[in-house]
This record gives sequence, structure tokens and C-alpha cells, in this order.
Amino acid sequence: MEREIVIHTEELTKRFGNFTAVDRISFDVYKGEVFGFLGANGAGKTTAMRMLCGLSRPTSGTGTVAGYDISRQYEKIKSSIGYMSQKFSLYEDLKVWENIRLYAGIYGMKDKEIERKTAELLERLHFTRERNAMVRSLPLGWKQKLAFSVSIFHDPAIVFLDEPTGGVDPYTRRQFWEMIYEAADRGITVFVTTHYMDEAEYCDRVSIMVDGRIDALDTPANLKAQFGAESMDEVFRSLARKAERSE
Amino acid sequence: MLSVEVSDIRKRYGDTVALDGVSFNVGKGELFGIIGPDGAGKTTLFRIIATLILADEGTATVEGFDVVKDYKELRKRIGYMPGRFSLYQDLTVEENLSFFASVFGTTIKENYYLIENIYKMLEPFRKRRAGKLSGGMKQKLALCCALIHKPDILYLDEPTTGVDPVSRKEFWEMLKKLQQDGITIIVSTPYMDEAVLCDRIALIKEGRFMTIDTPENIRAGFADELWAVRSDRMHELLYAVRSFRGVDNCYAFGETVHFTTFGDGSFSPDALKDRLRAVGHGDIRLERTRATIEDCYMSLARE
Amino acid sequence: MRQFGAFIRKEFFHILRDRRTMLIVLVMPVVLIILFGFALSTEVRNVNVAILAPEPDDMTRRIVERIDASEYFTVVRWLDTPTEIHETLRAGEAQLVVAFGQHFSGNLFSPDGSQMQLVVDASDANMARSYISYAGGIIADFSREMAAGTGTSAQEGISSSVQFLYNPQMKSAYHFVPGIMGLIMMLICAMMTSISIVREKEMGTMEVLLVSPVRPIYIVVSKMVPYFVISCINLITILLLSVFVLGVPVAGSLLSLCLVSLLYIVTNLSLGLLISTMANMQVIALMISGLVLMVPTMILSGMIFPIESIPRVLQFVSYILPPTWYIAAVRKLMIQGLPWIFAWKETVILLAMTIVLIATSLKQLKHRLE
Repeated sequence: MEREIVIHTEELTKRFGNFTAVDRISFDVYKGEVFGFLGANGAGKTTAMRMLCGLSRPTSGTGTVAGYDISRQYEKIKSSIGYMSQKFSLYEDLKVWENIRLYAGIYGMKDKEIERKTAELLERLHFTRERNAMVRSLPLGWKQKLAFSVSIFHDPAIVFLDEPTGGVDPYTRRQFWEMIYEAADRGITVFVTTHYMDEAEYCDRVSIMVDGRIDALDTPANLKAQFGAESMDEVFRSLARKAERSE
Repeated sequence: MLSVEVSDIRKRYGDTVALDGVSFNVGKGELFGIIGPDGAGKTTLFRIIATLILADEGTATVEGFDVVKDYKELRKRIGYMPGRFSLYQDLTVEENLSFFASVFGTTIKENYYLIENIYKMLEPFRKRRAGKLSGGMKQKLALCCALIHKPDILYLDEPTTGVDPVSRKEFWEMLKKLQQDGITIIVSTPYMDEAVLCDRIALIKEGRFMTIDTPENIRAGFADELWAVRSDRMHELLYAVRSFRGVDNCYAFGETVHFTTFGDGSFSPDALKDRLRAVGHGDIRLERTRATIEDCYMSLARE
Repeated sequence: MRQFGAFIRKEFFHILRDRRTMLIVLVMPVVLIILFGFALSTEVRNVNVAILAPEPDDMTRRIVERIDASEYFTVVRWLDTPTEIHETLRAGEAQLVVAFGQHFSGNLFSPDGSQMQLVVDASDANMARSYISYAGGIIADFSREMAAGTGTSAQEGISSSVQFLYNPQMKSAYHFVPGIMGLIMMLICAMMTSISIVREKEMGTMEVLLVSPVRPIYIVVSKMVPYFVISCINLITILLLSVFVLGVPVAGSLLSLCLVSLLYIVTNLSLGLLISTMANMQVIALMISGLVLMVPTMILSGMIFPIESIPRVLQFVSYILPPTWYIAAVRKLMIQGLPWIFAWKETVILLAMTIVLIATSLKQLKHRLE
């Protein structure tokens, strides 16, 4: 069965002056896949992700995200993706429902639909009581779960998650991953970066960036076999040790 | 000999309780870890024992000095590396280090032996502005600056957060070496896998220490029967196991699914395997496993 | 002392490496001087004037000719009836109307004197005031000449005489230079110092410094030194520009002017220190300096508008603003050329303000985070 490709890049490159942040990366991501995007600090993950989200134009190479060209149709890309990062996700001084309303509004959803889906979402997260709570007052793990739900509220084709579980307690981290699975089951492609190596195991496929290049890309099981390693942690370390640059 | 004695520290900010009665001791030369998620109260605790804020209740002495009364004396003896990068981004590596040396009334030369190993890695970037360093390098520089006055005790608040696994490992190797130089170290981290590298750890949740012990004792104290299972359909496995008879708590754990059983003998491993096979799982491996600190944390946090 | 030296060196590094801010700080006074000195000039030149003379005769014509001949005014219209006065002003055809009374010439040497009215478009109050005084000056001159010519005393003339002292050409630069000095030094000292201290809190470096044995007072005093130096450079720039470009001389003693300026700089540094103890974010420090200091200074300190024309309630605000006193002192010492003793009140008030500010901020200065 031919799987539908939602992210496709060919020789994607980004240079800043004479520094090549992302060096000719080519890869495909399939619909409904949980794709782990790993790499040491400074390997070029953030730059690559920015290009895929249409925030930064590639120096050379091509790519499509959800069928749109990343250097020309970035406006279209933005409306078909969701984005969540550890650093910024929700407005702390807005209430839970106000945050949801805001993001849904940004993506042009109809009032009726927003209302119905908000109720549904709060129900599923067991957040109904917190509907009118300020986001600021929620524990970190809750915020991250809410932020993720908001980022896929408009049913995007792909959601980009930049270290979504940093600093979250182990229990909530797992609940978070179960939410990721649910989203993937609904056909949303999940593109995620993380520093937790156990989370790399939860991905369908994993890519590891070293010095701006993708040095390995496969399922966690195949990668471990390929590197004769016990865990993804070992795979990661044996690859990242080769790195010559540090940002 | 005790380096740190903390007794029943409480601190609240408005309605939020940051610390809810924390007591612990740290011996001289010990590497003590405070393990827990963000928002559990780790930073507040560090700030109190670093003389930066006052507790609402409770007492703390560090190296024999009271953190409230003797803060001036104590500040000469503490090395502190806060959670976020707190050096001058517009100063070079060398300028940052020599500035912090003079702040403590010393020079780079005087205590160079202490930071030599770490500083050697920074040496090629001596003239580079701190803001332009990579995450791992920034962290090393911050450690050097916290060590330059040869403190008796070192506080490291989440030094490895957001740092990749390779740099994290290097960092812990450095801490081990410092410990050999006789420096007491208190370090906090949200990464459970780092806990085993400490002499003793405290697991913190919502402003309370759930347990304080050596990592080994904490693992040995895991009361339930713990199993690890894997198959070729990991995602479905979680739900299949969760709904099986006799399974109590079930969660993904790296490449396996971990679960605990009710201690009533209702769980049968063979029955689970049969059932998994029946719903289409292949390549099933099921075995008893030893609890990691992460398992212990989750188990304690559930109580 | 070595600690202190290290701090000051560090501060200079910060400033020297932030090229953009540095440029702004050094160029701002030049730009402001040029802006106020030339572009925003309140000098009067070729203002349109309309004349209402119910009984035009030789006397009124001579006065009108005198007005028209001056470089300040141009007579554009003769009106026939008083109702036209408002129309002309409203239409913007003229900014000033000179209306002669009935029997103007006949009454000129009578004990009551002649009646004339100056009607001015006062939507720009400052300019209006200038027109009136200029026109008044011309008429007064004329009246004095007439009186001299006929042997009558000047009191029986047309209007009371107006004389412009200290600034005979009514150059606006004389008015603005002290104000700009007051404003710039406040911006540099108070705003920059507070922002720079608050930046350390925001960056988290304050946390590290507080855990060290260094005394908090060192941290803040070392912040003041570089800005003190920059303010001195600015002071020199402004003085040079005003003397050589705007042609405003230092009429009084340069030494006393400099001493009062140094005192004012210290006042503002302590103001910056106080702001920094209140704010935790650079944005807040910026807003406090901008809204609480800069705006009131521009409006209430006498920099642009005379304090006497400000409502009483706001005058109270004027009097607690340090620039008000500094600007007043500079006007006395620099423009009027009076000896220092005439500015003793301003000096003492600035000194008292400085002491209060330093005492308050030292009390506020914490050796912990909260």
C-alpha cells in the first residue's frame, strides 16, 4: 500500500553567511505518523523546523508540507499546520476558554463549531471545571496538555511539537504521549523534537541530525539494530559524539 | 559532618504553596539530587538555602551558618548556578570569568586548578561572547563562574534542562570530579535517569519531599510487582495490557510497556501472552523487571 | 576597591558593545538641539496682519507702515467693519488684527490716551504671545518717538512700553537650550541607569551577584559611573553646539554652570537608582522614565511653556520635578549671566532632592530577591 506523504524535502539547505545550519537534508514523513526529530543542541533542528513551518526561507533545495511549497506557499502551510513549543504556547493571562477561542478564531473557525468543539475538548481533558481558570494558575503538565489540544484544535494536517514535555512530571509526560497517539490515530501527522530518549522510542520513526545533516533515519528498532545498541540513548550518543561543531 | 541542615521549610506565594514542610540534611562532600518536575518547588528551595529569599517558616543552616542571620558569611562560601543562563551575554568567556573572580575577591589564577578540566574545553572560545556559545558551552562557563571562588558548597538548579543527552553526560562526569575535590554539591533535575548518578536523592512533588534515600534503596523499596512487556504493535499494546485482569498501573516506558499488578495473585503472565497473541500481537516478550527511579517516582506520586 | 574596579570595567564593556544605544545616546543631544533650534523655532517672521482703521489718517498709516516694514509682520488686508475681524482670523488669512479705536489720532495726546486693540489667533498660545509682544514693541517704540517729538510724556502714549532683556532678538534658542539640557541629562542618567540595573534583574545575573559577597551598593554605584561620564560628554556637546551653532553664548560663569549641571546629573542618577528599585522589568523602567519623567518634563518644567501659565494644580507637579529647578538655574546662569548667588534657591532645592532620592533608594535597595 502506497502511503500518503505529507512532508517531503529534497536537499533542503539553510546558510547564515558561511555557516551552513542545515545541510542538504532529504526525507519524507507519512500521514498519521509520529516522527521524532532528534539532534544535539546546535545540530540544526530548530532551523530545519522553521523552514518546514514556513517561517524561514531555504537557501537552496525544495520541500513541500501538506502539499504546499515551503518557499512559495508558506501562507497556505501556516493554515494547515499546528505548532506548539515548550517556551511559548498559551497566553498566561487569558482564561482557558479564551485561549481556545483565540486560536480557533485565528484559524477562521465558525462560532458554532468552536463552541461545540470547546465543550468536547474540555470534557475529554477533564477540564470542564477549569474552563474559566486563568492559564497562569494551571500546573505545567496541564498547560502543556491544553496547549497541545489547542494546537490541533483546527484539525491540521501536521502538528509540530518543539520539546513539548520539557520539565513535565513523568506521569503527565505519558498522558501527553497518549494524546499524541490519539491525534496520530485521527490522521494528524506529529512531528516532534525531544531530549528525553525514552520518548524517542515512542515515535514511529526517528531522524537524528548531526552538524546540519540527517545522519540516521529509521524506526527505533531498526536504528538500535543498525548501531548494535541497547537503547535509543546509545544510538544517539554514538552518533552525536561524531559532531564537530557546537552551534 | 553535615554541610546542610534544613528543617521544616515552608514558603507560599499568595495562594500557591511553593514549599510545604521540607526537611533534609546533606553530608559534607555528598552529591545530593533533588528530582522532580518543573513547578515542584526546586528553585524556591535553592533560593532559600542560597540566602536569596526568606522562608515563611522553618530553619536552614549551611556550612554551620544560618541562611537568614549569617547570610553575609555564607555568601562567600556558596557557588550558585541558577536555572537559566545567568552570565553576561555581551561579555566574552574570559571577561565573564575574570569578572566573577573579582566579585568574589579572587583571581582566575588562584583557583585555576579547580576549573582547569572544564575551562580547557572553553579555552578555544576565550574571546567569544558568552551569548554566542552553544548550550553545552554556556553551561560549562556558568559552572566555571560558580566555581571560581572555590566554594565549599555548590548549588546547581536544573543545570541540564534543555541540554542534549551527550552534553548532559559530560556535565555529570564533571560533577563527579568536583565531588572528588571535596565540594558538596546539591543539584536539581527533571530527568529521572540522572538520579542514579547522585549519592542520595530527594523526590519532590508539589512542594513536598516524597522520599529521601540512596537511589539504590529507593529502587529496592518499590513495593509492587513490576513487569515489562513488548510486542510488534507497541501502541495497541498499552491499551490491551491496561484492560487485562490483575493489571494495576500501566504506562509506556521507553521501548517497553511497564505495568504493576495487584498483589492478590489475580494476574497470570501466561494468560496475558495468550490474550495478546489472540488480538494479533507478535514477537511478544514479557518479563519481570526492576523498578527505575522513574517507576518509583510515579508510584510515589500516585499515593 | 578591586571589586568596584571590575564592576566599572564591566559596565563600560556593556555600553561600548551596544553600539546602537551608544550612538543614540551620543547623537540624541545633537539631533534635539538642531530640531529645537531650527525646525521648531518660535521665532516670528512675516506673520500676516490685517488692519481695522475706522478713521484712517496719517497717524494710523504711519503705524501700519511701521508694522509692515518690520521683518516680523506683513500687512495683507484692510478691514472695513469689526465683524470682519473674526472672519479673517478664522479663515487663516491673518494671524493678527490691529484694530484702531474711534478718534484714534484725536485722542492720542489726550490724558486718556488712544484706544487700540490687538486681536490674535491664540490657538498656538506661545506664538500668539510672541506676536503680541512684537507688535506691542513696535507700537511702543512709535509711541515713544511721538512723545519725544511733541514733548509730552510717554505715559500718555499708546500703550505701555515693552522691552526685551537678555534675548533682544527674541531667539527661541535662548529659550530651548536650557530645556534641552534638562531633558537630555534626565533621559541619559535616570532612564539609562535604571534600565541597566533592571536588565540585570531580568537576565538573572542579579541573582548570581546577590549570592556573592559583593555589597549591593557597589553594584548600583558602579552602574552610575559610566552614565555620569556620558552625561558629562553630553553637557559639553550641548554647550559647544549652543555657543557655536545656535549662537547662544554662556553669559555667566562657566564654572558655576558646570557645577550646577554636575549636581543635576547626580540628582538624576539617584532618580534612576530609585526607579530601578521599583521595577523588575526593563519595559516597566522604560515606562516609568518615559511617562512619569519625560512627558511631565516636556510639558511642566518650563522647558516649553512658562510655568506661570500652567494651572495651579499642575504647577505643584512642576515644582517637584528636578528639571524645573535646573532649567531655571541654567536660564539665570547661562542666558541672563547672573552670578551664582542668584541661583542659590535652585541649587539648594536640587541638593535637597538628591539627598532625599539617595536616602530613599538606599533604603529600598535589597540584599535579597524579594
